Amino acid sequence: MSFFDLRLPLGWLFVVLGALIVCAGFGAQVTSEGMSLGWNIDFVWGAFMIGFGVVCLWLARRHAEKHGPSNLGNDGGNGL
Amino acid sequence: MKPIHLGLIDGAILVIYFAFVLGIGFVLKRHMRSSTDFFLSGRLIPTWVAGLAFLSANLGAQEVIGMAASGAKYGIMTSHFYWVGAIPAMVFVAVFMMPFYYGSKARSVPEYLKMRFDEKTRALNAMTFAVMTIFSSGISMYAMALLLNLILGWDFNVSVWLSAIIVLLYISLGGLTSAIYNEVMQFFLIVAGFAPLVFLGLRDVGGWSGLQMRLGEVAAAQHFASGAFSHSWKFMGHAADNPMGVEWLAMLMGLGFVLSFGYWCTDFLVIQRAMAAHSMAAARRTPLVAAVPKMLFPFLVILPGMIAIALTQHSGASGFALPNKPDGSLNYDLVIPMMLRHYFPSGILGLGLTALMASFMSGMAGNVTAFNTVWTYDIYQAYLRPKAHDSTLLWMGRMATVVGIVISVAAAYFAAHFNNIMDLLQLVFAFVNAPLFATFLLGMFWRRTTGHGAFVGLLSGILAAAAHHGLTQPMGALTLVKGGWLGHTLQIYPSEMAQNFWTAIFAWTTCFVVTILVSLLTQRKKSDTELSGLVWSLTPRIAETETIWYKRPFMLGIFVLVLALILNIIFW
Repeated sequence: MSFFDLRLPLGWLFVVLGALIVCAGFGAQVTSEGMSLGWNIDFVWGAFMIGFGVVCLWLARRHAEKHGPSNLGNDGGNGL
Repeated sequence: MKPIHLGLIDGAILVIYFAFVLGIGFVLKRHMRSSTDFFLSGRLIPTWVAGLAFLSANLGAQEVIGMAASGAKYGIMTSHFYWVGAIPAMVFVAVFMMPFYYGSKARSVPEYLKMRFDEKTRALNAMTFAVMTIFSSGISMYAMALLLNLILGWDFNVSVWLSAIIVLLYISLGGLTSAIYNEVMQFFLIVAGFAPLVFLGLRDVGGWSGLQMRLGEVAAAQHFASGAFSHSWKFMGHAADNPMGVEWLAMLMGLGFVLSFGYWCTDFLVIQRAMAAHSMAAARRTPLVAAVPKMLFPFLVILPGMIAIALTQHSGASGFALPNKPDGSLNYDLVIPMMLRHYFPSGILGLGLTALMASFMSGMAGNVTAFNTVWTYDIYQAYLRPKAHDSTLLWMGRMATVVGIVISVAAAYFAAHFNNIMDLLQLVFAFVNAPLFATFLLGMFWRRTTGHGAFVGLLSGILAAAAHHGLTQPMGALTLVKGGWLGHTLQIYPSEMAQNFWTAIFAWTTCFVVTILVSLLTQRKKSDTELSGLVWSLTPRIAETETIWYKRPFMLGIFVLVLALILNIIFW
């Protein structure tokens, strides 16, 4: 028996939060209060978070395809 | 400070995060079938997860808020808490001590003490540790509620009970695994929430060169040499030359050896994460995997403090400045909340606040999981119900979580009524942890150490710490909590930090010497066979079978130490 792959909830959390922050970034385009030192930080960082989330989900999926979902404990899913 | 107004998206981010935290607890509940699943994660946790949890359990409120405040107060010297005060000890516990913790099959650090020494040494460690963890958890809760009240205007009672219920739910459902999984999520959130803050702060201050220039002005204003805030070692020849008021010997011996090794090598709160790993090799790699992000954390938590004080001294384009306390001094504790409010627009502001709350909750959860294990295995099963069935232990673990959280809430209210309780508790913690490392060092590496020696040595170390503290004071101390309570002050230190370091050195040395003396005067009761797997000279060496260098603890340890050395040289 083993637990589920942590990269799944981690990936989904970052994708969902990133998407919300990107939405805030779209709103920030029209108001100067939404900008930080001339940067639309919401837009940039939200997109980065979505990217990170997608990589986590991809790694979890690749591991499940290679080893099956139930042997997470054996190699930790990343060779470590 | 005027409360921050949260937008709709900020609120949604907080709610979604809490939903994920609780969801993990609910999903894990069906895996919790035995006490081993609940307290030790069934020893199934992969290295990278155990490693990040090892780091994150230590990332409580005091770490994030406290390190940023220290960054503003002492500058880059605060990084010694990482590069000197953590990394070497993390390498030591991984390479030399983990084989005994994991290999002995002990379920907790106090249980190792029982196997190595005797019942009374275990009882002393288990009792003091249980009390400390529960009070630490309460203080984390208090600090979080106070901060949420200040920055968001939330009611203190609502904040205390909300955080208590969330932590209670996810730990009582999923045990240690739930705490570990959430700690890893919290780690990534903290990085995601604070990294853009550092980026924006650095842009505002004019990059590293702009920061150095302004920190030179900060140092000059406090009558130090211009590099005192931006060099970590250069001004440590004399305590009076640096803002921390500590010289290199106290730093290396007090922080780098006694306090750091005392914490990272013996505190069950962190060791428990490594003991949950899926194999001996994974358990040994756990602290080393944690060490890599740990040594980079100063850039995330100390740098904001340095940026904040630099911009307060010499304003940047955006006009950021730290607020003052009622007595006119700068309020260093507000570095992170003030920067979040100043630099983050709605959206990422919700992420930053979520990261802050995540750090508080990971600190609380770490303490509660360590408490429920030590209570159930080392107090309940050891003394109250030695023949308890496994299902009873699992039930007791859940009950201990509930009771632990309820006492934490009481401790939070207790702390709210006594201003000095936080200082007092941290002090007592230092009394207990510092001598403990001498007990472990002798126990693991000198087979002649006896149970009586360990017990008397440990008690003497704690008493020596108390005596040193009672006879010394930091400069400008106003209350007896800061020292001098024995009625006669033999030494006045330039800072509290210097006093703490020397208290730890006295405690450790006393424990070390007394343990040796009493051991030589008493008979060892355990045979060599009984001590096999518990003492270095009586345990067969572990053959490193891994062919890839980064999977071999010894090589990985050297790599980590070299990286830490490079950082020390760069910021010399």
